[in-house]
Amino acid sequence: MDWDIVIGIETHVQLKTQTKIFSGASTSFGNEANSQACLVSLAYPGVLPVLNHEAVNCAIKFGLAVDAKINKKSIFARKNYFYPDLPKGYQISQFELPIVGEGKLSIPLNDGYKDIRILRAHLEEDAGKSSHGILQGKSGIDLNRAGTPLLEIVTEPDMSSAAEAVAYAKKLHDLVQWIGICDGNMQEGNFRCDVNVSVKKKGSTTLGTRREIKNLNSFKFIKQAIDFEVNWQIETIEDGGEIQQSTILFNPDNGETKAMRSKEEANDYRYFPDPDLLPLVVSEDHIHNIKQSLPELPGEMQKRFEIDLGLSEYDASELTNNKDVADYFMNLIKRGVSAKLSANWILVNLFSRLNDADISINESPIGFDQLADLIKKIEDQTISNNAAKKIFDALWDSPAGTVDSLIDELGLKQISNDSEIEGLIDKVLNDNGAMIEEYKSGKDKAFNALVGQVMKASRGKANPSQVNEMLKKKLSN
Amino acid sequence: MLNLSLKQLSQQLREKAFSSEELTRFFLDRIRKYNDSLNAFITIDEDTSIAMAKQADLKIASGNQGTFTGIPIAQKDIFCADGWKTTCGSKMLENFVAPYNATVVQNFNDAGAINLGKTNMDEFAMGSSNETSYFGAVKNPWNLEYVPGGSSGGSASAVAARLAPAATGTDTGGSIRQPASLCGFTGLKPTYGLVSRYGMIAFASSLDQAGPMAPSAEDCAMMLNVMASHDIKDSTSLPHPKEDYLASLDNSIKGLRIGMPKEFFGEGLDSEVQKIIEGAINEYKKMGAEIVEISLPNSELAIPVYYVIAPAEASSNLSRYDGVRYGYRTKEYDDLMDMYFKTRQEGFGDEVKRRILIGTYVLSAGYYDAYYLKAQKIRQLISNDFSQAFQKCDVIMGPSAPSAAFKSGEKKEDPLAMYLQDIYTISTNLAGLPAMSIPAGFTKGLPVGLQLIGNHFSEGHLLNIAHQFQLISDWHRKTPKEID
Repeated sequence: MDWDIVIGIETHVQLKTQTKIFSGASTSFGNEANSQACLVSLAYPGVLPVLNHEAVNCAIKFGLAVDAKINKKSIFARKNYFYPDLPKGYQISQFELPIVGEGKLSIPLNDGYKDIRILRAHLEEDAGKSSHGILQGKSGIDLNRAGTPLLEIVTEPDMSSAAEAVAYAKKLHDLVQWIGICDGNMQEGNFRCDVNVSVKKKGSTTLGTRREIKNLNSFKFIKQAIDFEVNWQIETIEDGGEIQQSTILFNPDNGETKAMRSKEEANDYRYFPDPDLLPLVVSEDHIHNIKQSLPELPGEMQKRFEIDLGLSEYDASELTNNKDVADYFMNLIKRGVSAKLSANWILVNLFSRLNDADISINESPIGFDQLADLIKKIEDQTISNNAAKKIFDALWDSPAGTVDSLIDELGLKQISNDSEIEGLIDKVLNDNGAMIEEYKSGKDKAFNALVGQVMKASRGKANPSQVNEMLKKKLSN
Repeated sequence: MLNLSLKQLSQQLREKAFSSEELTRFFLDRIRKYNDSLNAFITIDEDTSIAMAKQADLKIASGNQGTFTGIPIAQKDIFCADGWKTTCGSKMLENFVAPYNATVVQNFNDAGAINLGKTNMDEFAMGSSNETSYFGAVKNPWNLEYVPGGSSGGSASAVAARLAPAATGTDTGGSIRQPASLCGFTGLKPTYGLVSRYGMIAFASSLDQAGPMAPSAEDCAMMLNVMASHDIKDSTSLPHPKEDYLASLDNSIKGLRIGMPKEFFGEGLDSEVQKIIEGAINEYKKMGAEIVEISLPNSELAIPVYYVIAPAEASSNLSRYDGVRYGYRTKEYDDLMDMYFKTRQEGFGDEVKRRILIGTYVLSAGYYDAYYLKAQKIRQLISNDFSQAFQKCDVIMGPSAPSAAFKSGEKKEDPLAMYLQDIYTISTNLAGLPAMSIPAGFTKGLPVGLQLIGNHFSEGHLLNIAHQFQLISDWHRKTPKEID
């Protein structure tokens, strides 16, 4: 039997603010346990939450970036449950009225694009961390993270494969960094996905029962967890079993998912509006001001690259996935080199080296100044494309070198002087009478062989298009 | 020193008739003498109080004093005071020492007041007789067999017995006004949001409001000048411009329109109390006020609505007392759940548990709409009743409580009878309105209070109306015979 896979994702994005969402405590990562736990973080008797408006601005930025409705009035609610790392016994979140309403995010797929509908995005505070096994027979609580601002972004169940889910997560990860609301550091838990997975018979309009895989913090895990979960659900149903709605955890060590709690055991969170916080009201003016402050968004930039710079849709899209890549590209073309060549060099040569080295474009040993110099030498025909690749490789290994010095050092200067090339052609024609005959009798292959001979005679330095042109002229005489 | 008003104390301190240290020792001596029988204070810290008084005396000597410099004030034990044990009347916080000042406490410190001690109260402010305190019941100084009212019963007993010139209180459903009525002095619950809730241990956040408790309206005005402040640490604190509540006390009340809600004079009201209230309103008539009959048709729903909303908020507010970070933790437990259960079972008293249970129930999936949401809708209707009433009158008057003080133990085992104590006070908390109780007479040797309810931010006017009554009456100057 064939099955449809249905996936929806809830992502917890840690917002890049100096202080916590409801107190003045610092949000920086990796400090001594509880050194950032102020009285509000500790939920001391009598303390009250005060909203950090920076977090609100981040949420509005996100809403604008996914073309969503910004709710002028939203409500903070309490989500009640007991856990040692939840100091108040409730989490302040948004429930019925979130700040960001319906929007959409376009994700690139192999065969085009797909819009993933965003259902909502709401502000909430993070919990602290419990650690077990540090002290014998006891658990430790670190409340440094308690109260860190999060934006929880919820999609409709619009994804139908692990690949789409990963494409969405990557696109979202790129976007939140692009608009500067999140550091995107997945190891530090800046960006965590809860993935809801269900399967249904192919073409059926009834959704299956879903299970929610909690807290996935890498794209690899998202893929592994979905693959495992989908197989498990299909096998379970095909074996006559039934899926129970439940919350599950993914174990990266064995690549398996395992139920944490079922719906019956689920908490009744007793949501109600937090009486300590007034409804959050944002004005049209404020939204407008934030819109003005937003950088050019990836979608807009992609369109501009296609229309103004004549790039292909693919190239424009690839260049605008990530803000650092887009910045690198824009810096390149600011130095007066061709957009198409620049796109090509980034997406093919630079990306391949970056991938191999597993580093980001910001860590590239070859800066945009050097790459611009290199591309200029191709454009003015000082070097051939092949020679440029050699120089690129040499630069990658010793970035202190300059393009000019490497051209000299490696003797890669292209021969574009007509008389010099003519000399080479004459010599080759003198030595290869038989080939000339072959060419004249209609064998095109012979022409390529002659070009090859000329290139060889120039030790690869002759300008190939010039050789082509002049050789053709000579032979037609 | 015993019966001087706050204004007189301020003046005589400035004139060096006595020092702050002498004044503070005078009240500390009274507390030492009478607290055993009244149980009005949970914590006294003579050294700290005296040290504060000495500081105040230095300020006075250098001529740098403010209106409150050197005046001792008792603080309800619901307010966090840096370095002071702050118990909220609960075993849960029996040994909790606050590491910071509530804004109310800070405001008094800044004004130079002396913290005289922390007063007893119903546990987490849940009660109307001060019998739910883990630290024992408080006695009414007018008759030690009677309750002082609650939840601010310790402050009430202390003010009535002149163990303190004045005290702070909090009022979630009547906890300032009902004890003020039962103990015979003046108490004011301000407009919700006028006084910061920061550092005031939460019971029901949307209803809690701190206010002054003192013999006279003038005293309360002087205290409110210190207590009212816009506070960025409390998001529900309102940016109301600073007022001088003393400035309007002497305004004429000729032509004042007094609304008498018929719902406040029906079944359940003690007939003696009714006579006293009507008599007091008649005094206002003589002063040139006009009486308007009004209706607050949804009044009878106030108690049921309150006992949905207040417990709902309380059930969540009290979740933080889990034995993990501070406060009481059970001695022996098997695992986390066991620790939670035993800590909360042993740390909270019956009334608190009852309200946590009610609150948890009304917020539960499947019941939320029927209880919590419906209660919020009715709360709005109750508020609308007042808005309509205030189109016809300037102030609403009626009883503060349905009867004078009752005997200790009389209603302790009957929560519903106890809840009815707040029948006339609760609706103003639901509407966020300011209201006062002022002494209006006695029945069988026990005081009776007249309640004044005003529109939002009309504290100045309310105090003015109360003060005018106190110029022609001396009920607020009476002191109980059992004490002195």
